[in-house]
Amino acid sequence: MRERPRLALALLAVLLAALPFLIGTGLGNSWVRVLDFVLLYVLLALGLNIVVGYAGLLDLGYIAFYALGAYLYAWLASPHFGLHLPFWMVLPLGAALAGVFGVLLGAPTLRLRGDYLAIVTLGFGEIIRIFMNNLNAPFNLTNGPQGMNLIDPVSIGGVSLGKSLEVAGITLPSTYLYYYLFLAATLLVIVVAMRLQHSRVGRAWAALREDEIAAAAMGINTRNVKLLAFAMGATFGGLAGGLFAAFQGFISPESFTLWESILVLCMIVLGGMGNIPGVILGAVLLTVIPEALRYIGDLQRATLGQVVVDPADLRMLLFGVALVAMMLFRPAGLLPSRQRKREFSAQDGVAEQEQASLYDTKA
Amino acid sequence: MSLLSVHGLKVAYGGIQAVRGIDIEVAEGELVCLIGANGAGKSSTLKGIMGLAHPRGEVLLAGERLHKLPTHAIAARGLALVPEGRGVFGRLTVAENLDMGAYARRDRAGIQADLARAYDLFPRLAERRAQLAGTLSGGEQQMLAIARALMGRPRLLLLDEPSMGLAPLMVRKIYETIAMIAAEGVTLLLVEQNAHLALKVSQRAYVMESGEITLSGASAELAANPRVRAAYLGE
Repeated sequence: MRERPRLALALLAVLLAALPFLIGTGLGNSWVRVLDFVLLYVLLALGLNIVVGYAGLLDLGYIAFYALGAYLYAWLASPHFGLHLPFWMVLPLGAALAGVFGVLLGAPTLRLRGDYLAIVTLGFGEIIRIFMNNLNAPFNLTNGPQGMNLIDPVSIGGVSLGKSLEVAGITLPSTYLYYYLFLAATLLVIVVAMRLQHSRVGRAWAALREDEIAAAAMGINTRNVKLLAFAMGATFGGLAGGLFAAFQGFISPESFTLWESILVLCMIVLGGMGNIPGVILGAVLLTVIPEALRYIGDLQRATLGQVVVDPADLRMLLFGVALVAMMLFRPAGLLPSRQRKREFSAQDGVAEQEQASLYDTKA
Repeated sequence: MSLLSVHGLKVAYGGIQAVRGIDIEVAEGELVCLIGANGAGKSSTLKGIMGLAHPRGEVLLAGERLHKLPTHAIAARGLALVPEGRGVFGRLTVAENLDMGAYARRDRAGIQADLARAYDLFPRLAERRAQLAGTLSGGEQQMLAIARALMGRPRLLLLDEPSMGLAPLMVRKIYETIAMIAAEGVTLLLVEQNAHLALKVSQRAYVMESGEITLSGASAELAANPRVRAAYLGE
């Protein structure tokens, strides 16, 4: 594969293009819907990876940015306010709004690190959710716990992605159309994330993660660089939120709970923090496996005549077991970044090196 | 005129006064040391100069006011700090660490030349350039921290206890390197608990006690001063 990167890339492109058809025919169209959610979670995980993986800022309220993107889409493209702006205006606005809130969250937390930062961000996530839950009075902004309905689907050149489309005799259901839209967004975000990682800002984030005082002494403006990490991560979250609102057509505060924040964090920890392929793998696994486990219920009914263990319980159990096993056997994640892999594997040599350097007078 | 002039510098943490209004002068090309016991306020002085600890007082670099500037802006004006405990970026490689040292610079050719010079000065770092900084020995990390600070081509290098936690042999090596750097014309302000070494390598010295400077003068004279000998040289 290394000798023919172009061929590999072409094969990957064909596979990605054909994926909804393969999955739709093989597993049924409901799985194409799962595939769409996989891409949304990949987007979210890549965004959170900027904050947590690159800059080392533990953010437990990340889903709030997803919520902001989703609600902004609903405000500007649904009967709620009677506004029906096109998606190409609403999606960037949602991403920008989330980015602004990223800075608003970042500014007061500049001096916090680790656990303390995690607690404040967790609070921020809950504040946003609780606001969305209660802002139906005195002025009905969010329609409260009932959520907002009839959100406009994305419509490109007069073709609505919310309805099936007939092309050359083939019917493409809505989930297929959204797949291609989400795929495009995901590819865009992957490219941006890759470029950021190897940019000047990316190096500054790495230095900040390792030692804040030393980073400042190198001439890095730690305040701006931190705020930029929060803003970039939040922007990706807001974009994903807008896509989610358009795809579902309905949003409510229930979709933006603390559990969702933790799930996205688990995706990057499981896959390999800081490493883009790892993060994608984590998002795919943690979205697909719970869906696949639904079949356990049918299986029990077929073999035992009744459901003995509720699949939902089983999901949580397996999830916990998987995380514990991973911490024991692959602490750096399934596909760790180069840096973390070295960190976790190179520790044995330290004592030896210390000895060698003590008695070596030549160097 | 002095390269660095510090007037009435005060550093406080909450209610605790760590530095109580001190004056320090460092001339171009000089190696000046600041010695004193644990908790005398030496590291706080460096942090104050670097803008890391909300200092009060005046800090001038070649006449330009540095106080009230944020740390990164102070670094950009030519001050480099090798922090206490070295502060290497543990999960970055040696080469990446050195690269970060030149973060504020844009002259690629100059950076390349300085990188070659750093590897020249520290051959051990050249051997380990692809290794993670966190896996280096303490002495190697100290070398890396010094080399990284030099990558910014500073006008003044602030060194905070370079001998801390190192084996005697490594301490000697580090001090040989410091003498070499000074001989190349880099101006240094060195903070050290090991008064013996610091007085030997420096031209002038300040003695710090409970946040105040109690003695200052030529290093050779201070090393002969009975008070200094009794308090810091163990005689």
